[in-house]
Amino acid sequence: MEIDPFIFRLSIFVLSIFIGYYVVWSVTPSLHTPLMSVTNAISSVIIVGAIIAGLAGDTENVFNSSSIFGFLAISLAAINIFGGFLVTQRMLAMYKKKKKDK
Amino acid sequence: MISANLSAIFYLISGVLFILALRGLSSPETSRQGNLFGILGMVIAISVTFLSIGSFSSGFIFVLIFILVGGLIGAFIAYKIPMTAMPELVAGFHSLVGLAAVFVAISAFLNPVAFNLGSPGNIKLGSLIEMSIGATVGAITFSGSVIAFLKLQGIMSGSPITFKGQHPLNALILISIVVLIYLLCSSQSSGLFWTLLSVSFLIGFLLIIPIGGADMPVVISMLNSYSGWAAAGIGFTLENTALIITGALVGSSGAILSYIMCKGMNRSFFNVILGGFGATEQSSSSQNKEQKPVKSGNADDAAFLMKNASSVIIVPGYGMAVAQAQHALRELVDTLKKNDIKVSYAIHPVAGRMPGHMNVLLAEANVPYDEVFELEEINNDFANADVAFVIGANDVTNPVAKTDPQSPIYGMPILDVEKCKSILFVKRSLSPGYAGIDNDLFYKENTLMLFADAKKMTEEITKAIN
Repeated sequence: MEIDPFIFRLSIFVLSIFIGYYVVWSVTPSLHTPLMSVTNAISSVIIVGAIIAGLAGDTENVFNSSSIFGFLAISLAAINIFGGFLVTQRMLAMYKKKKKDK
Repeated sequence: MISANLSAIFYLISGVLFILALRGLSSPETSRQGNLFGILGMVIAISVTFLSIGSFSSGFIFVLIFILVGGLIGAFIAYKIPMTAMPELVAGFHSLVGLAAVFVAISAFLNPVAFNLGSPGNIKLGSLIEMSIGATVGAITFSGSVIAFLKLQGIMSGSPITFKGQHPLNALILISIVVLIYLLCSSQSSGLFWTLLSVSFLIGFLLIIPIGGADMPVVISMLNSYSGWAAAGIGFTLENTALIITGALVGSSGAILSYIMCKGMNRSFFNVILGGFGATEQSSSSQNKEQKPVKSGNADDAAFLMKNASSVIIVPGYGMAVAQAQHALRELVDTLKKNDIKVSYAIHPVAGRMPGHMNVLLAEANVPYDEVFELEEINNDFANADVAFVIGANDVTNPVAKTDPQSPIYGMPILDVEKCKSILFVKRSLSPGYAGIDNDLFYKENTLMLFADAKKMTEEITKAIN
């Protein structure tokens, strides 16, 4: 009997939770705020679903009821992707070590 | 157009890059590179999606336009936002992820053919379940984050909003969500789908209003976690590995942060979520309001104490963020260092309004991160320090957490400020902290209260030392 592909996805999901568990525990507490902003940015990879939804309209009629929601989701996710990564970059650039020559 | 197998491999690669992005955050040196991995992962995921769809029709232009518009708004916000507003920003971003998940789910429900999920009214059962869970969690994330945002921004009062029958009502709504999902799956009715969404928006709103301002670190972490689970739910619907991996990562990340925050307050997760903490305690504190003597001083007194110290520990709290005093504080520390005084910073896990809030503010003010210590690292040093300078913190220094089992904060790990030779408290008034309890430190022999705005007082002390 063949295994349902759902089971494979479930396996990926469960293993990723464990990876997340160990990776996040190793994050230094002083970087918890950048951690939140970067997780924010990467969870916006949901934009791939939004793009599929946006391009689902037919050629004569780009905007149908379904694709409009897709386009809205695209711009929301794009705000998050650009905003999330850039603000993380901005924060991380501020973390500096003590200058040794002092 | 590339094959489904090839694009699945690319999605896997971008999932791995996201793992590396989080891995980079284990130290500040590797973190910047980690962020680049994250960006690369995102670029791969988006490009592969375009390539796998293949047809570059007129819709493609619109996709680019919407990405561009969103991207410009996002970039603008990222550059303009002051660091003190980071909690609000993160809450706002969470709401967008939640809403995007809801929109994708709606779109998939209306046009399942485009996603290969069946036809309208006849969507595959598994996909429908995944879609409804993703949409429900997304909707809760959205409305919950909006409330958190309003509370953090001060548009809505930070005090808990409670009413009679709140918990039974919430429980009823949560049960009705499960029932609605079951009915939706058996009937495929679009009316039920919209009802499910509205009820989910409602419960997100109701779940967050009873939670008070200082519990926001837990709430933000929890919503962070929800936004991940929502993304994972949609990932199952779309059979997309990148989305499933990311959702799981973000979900567990938020859950761990919530756990750390709860532990920092010695409260159970449910205790925080059920809310109403500040409201219940006020009555007990107002009973014994006898006037105890307090020593208050001015900047010159503080400067004198600091000048004669050989080591100073600084304890920042939310008040520092409110007064935007981090730059002034750093100037004070520079002055102290010039006088050969050893200075370090002590950060309580729940200081501020989100995990790591104080660290970011100090980093912004150019404080090197190796002078900033977590509670466990520095707590033993207070006994040997001459001066503790508490700026905008209160409950996290309250020794009652160790001595009085009746106190609402009993058992909470605190910074052992009371062991210092002398304590300086910058505070605007004697008012109790968020937990509504008096701080015994205010009345101690060796405590000097500095009643003033944190920034102004810090600047004055610097002037007085020079």
